[in-house]
Amino acid sequence: MSELSVEHLLGIKYLKPNDIDVIFKTADHFKEVINRPIKKVPSLRDVTIANLFFENSTRTKLSFELAEKRLSADVINFSAGQSSVKKGETLIDTVNNILAMKVDIVVMRHGNVGAGVFLSKHVDAKIINAGDGTHEHPTQALLDSYSIREKLGTVKGKKIVIVGDILHSRVALSNIFALQLQGAEVKVCGPTTLIPKYISSLGVTVETDLKKALEWCDVANVLRVQHERMDIKYFPSTREYTQLFGINKEILDNLGKKIVIMHPGPINRGVEITSDVADSNDAIILNQVENGVAVRMAVIYLLAQQIKR
Amino acid sequence: MSRKNLLNSKDIEIILHRLACQLIEKHDDFSNTVLIGLQPRGTFLANRLADLLKTAYAIKDLKLGVLDITFYRDDFRRKDKPLAAETNEMNFLIEDKKVVIIDDVLFSGRSIRAALTALESYGRPEEIELLVLIDRRFSRHLPIQPNYRGRQVDAINKEKVLVTWAETHKKDAVYIESL
Repeated sequence: MSELSVEHLLGIKYLKPNDIDVIFKTADHFKEVINRPIKKVPSLRDVTIANLFFENSTRTKLSFELAEKRLSADVINFSAGQSSVKKGETLIDTVNNILAMKVDIVVMRHGNVGAGVFLSKHVDAKIINAGDGTHEHPTQALLDSYSIREKLGTVKGKKIVIVGDILHSRVALSNIFALQLQGAEVKVCGPTTLIPKYISSLGVTVETDLKKALEWCDVANVLRVQHERMDIKYFPSTREYTQLFGINKEILDNLGKKIVIMHPGPINRGVEITSDVADSNDAIILNQVENGVAVRMAVIYLLAQQIKR
Repeated sequence: MSRKNLLNSKDIEIILHRLACQLIEKHDDFSNTVLIGLQPRGTFLANRLADLLKTAYAIKDLKLGVLDITFYRDDFRRKDKPLAAETNEMNFLIEDKKVVIIDDVLFSGRSIRAALTALESYGRPEEIELLVLIDRRFSRHLPIQPNYRGRQVDAINKEKVLVTWAETHKKDAVYIESL
């Protein structure tokens, strides 16, 4: 099987194990492409893609835009800050106006949970979710798993701990779905206030002691504390958070084994991770960024294939 | 479905030797030449020719690449089945090199067109030639002709030319299949 079972990429929740296989195999080819002297293929010459970012983003937007351009698609960009959304236009109207300009694929980041699903039911285009509120961020989870697969050979059977603000993290939720789909064991670690109450119903174990969690795992995916999503105080101070859940060289040196360190960015150096760890050989943070382009190229290529001429 | 045997393993062996000699005539010691097999089916022929050049004709420094043209094809989104890519092994640049594209059957010429575009990603070669085992006459959609051909075949469009290799099908042979 070399096609996706889904028509849009709205969340990892909707994917089957074979979809992840197909995406990774395709991404392998694109990784080779982006390491060539000329990093571009003409496959999507007649496809137009709109990047709609209703919420701030730097690397995801750049990564998608680069992926689209490396596939030779035409790209238009839209940020909510400079748009008619501020004038009171609804989401469907905004998107339909853009589609009237003959757009085939919409990559959307939106602050509301389920915005992608909603859009996919109302407009005639392929939708790729680039983050919907605190819900899912499927391409990030795919590139995280792809990076683990690249570093450790496989994701199956590996133990992954996600450290930090699980409650506000779409990266955490998508990662949990993606890792479990591939047969990995997932644990979450963070302040109790930042761990969703019913997280164990997803088959995930909880650990509040960072040291124990790190001793257990093969890979630690460290998340940023999302101050901008916090309406109340979830922990007393950043200093206390760093003392209890910050990853530093000393903790890692005392583990007696090597673990892989990941971070979806942007990093708050000195808060959830110290600089010497982020820049060490155990960290694959920049590999994640490189793989992000290849994985997004694969997703776009596979979805574009389904568009009828 | 009927199947007619066009070439057997002995015929193919003779043809491979002839093609190898023709290549040597033009490319001498291959110091400035690269051979490139097209994925998926051209790679068998390319490997065979490379082995033959090395073992029977003592060519020492032979550069062989494998090129996948999936992302350069002109039928993306025109087929029901998805186009799945194969691996690329191009561990060199082709800048100022003489390139020989190798494929098993030349039919419409569209794969070769895609390969020419794909090669642009690896530099500007001095020249590009085309070597095919089977050249189907009167079936071209594009003005593309081989420089080296194993055998020319007149097959009507409904017929299919099938090349099998010992590596995958137990024996070397070329068949014409008609429905």
